[in-house]
Amino acid sequence: MAIIVYNDHASAFSLELIPTFAIGVAADFMPADEGYGRRPVPAVKGHPELAWHLAESLVLDEFDMTIANKMDVDHGLTVPLSIMFDQPDEWPIPVIPLCVNVIQYPPPTGQRCYSLGKAIRRAVDAYDEDLRVVIFGTGGMSHQLQGERAGLINEDFDRRFLDDLSRDPARLANIPHVDYIREAGSEGIELVMWLIMRGALGEHVSETYRHYHIPASNTAAGLIILETDESTGVTS
Amino acid sequence: MSKTGSFSDIPGTYVMDSRHCRRGYHLNMFCMSLNKEDCRRRFREDETGYLEHFPMTTEQRQAVIGRDWLGLLRLGGNIYYTFKLAIFDGLSMQEVGGLMSGISEAEFQQMMMAGGRQPIVTDRKEEREDR
Repeated sequence: MAIIVYNDHASAFSLELIPTFAIGVAADFMPADEGYGRRPVPAVKGHPELAWHLAESLVLDEFDMTIANKMDVDHGLTVPLSIMFDQPDEWPIPVIPLCVNVIQYPPPTGQRCYSLGKAIRRAVDAYDEDLRVVIFGTGGMSHQLQGERAGLINEDFDRRFLDDLSRDPARLANIPHVDYIREAGSEGIELVMWLIMRGALGEHVSETYRHYHIPASNTAAGLIILETDESTGVTS
Repeated sequence: MSKTGSFSDIPGTYVMDSRHCRRGYHLNMFCMSLNKEDCRRRFREDETGYLEHFPMTTEQRQAVIGRDWLGLLRLGGNIYYTFKLAIFDGLSMQEVGGLMSGISEAEFQQMMMAGGRQPIVTDRKEEREDR
């Protein structure tokens, strides 16, 4: 099963309610209508047992999660699934959506995300059932969609970020928001979500796959697979 | 300087801080409404009439009707929201990116395929201070 850390793009949550971290505990999640009609991908099956265990463990571990019994999921969650599994009639694994606010300033700090990842690891380790769990940290690398600076890409920043996921995650956790905005673009701040994935993998990881590409579609795309003895993290 | 003020010198960038959110709340909530097919139909039938349902400023209404993509950001819009209006119009992110930065869609795509817009020295505070 997969825990997918992603951000909502004004689909499930509007400015009416802005949870910093929301965890989906439902049995299923519908693809959202983002303005085009519902995205033609399968509904996402949840894992309520582990999701509730995570919610309870994390709150008691002093991470004040918002608990979502109903939450549509948008391309932020389903595109990584499509990259992983292509276009099946149904997704082959259950998913726990963990939605992070990166639209309203300030998003959670990198340090907070890194710590949350470590708490997720503790909670998964303490779960009774022996499950094989993958955690996806998602979000675009450097990109800026808005303003006169739209189209900003910073390949050096991105490559150093990819390097340090295994070499020096503590450096990444200390990158202040203003540096993301300045160096990686206003939407490059989505990278804080990768640190939740990284925190969940424990101290030492090995990198088993990496791909980096700057497409025409505004957002630098990084795909990296990190593994530990007991867990696997995928990020895209 | 407050923590939220420290990005104010970054050019061409509209950060969704508290001030921006307060200014653009109703504008962004109008954009959000376009997630619903029924709202898209009503907006398509009568743009000005539909906007009456949202307590926006006159400038914000004009920016919506005139599809002033940069103006929408200056009036409190946020790209995750204003892009709903671009989706409604059938525009790509490259077209809107070009319109906000004063180049054509083709030029914008060309720039992206060549590695994107590079951060320039004036974007970087410490390098400016070194000069």
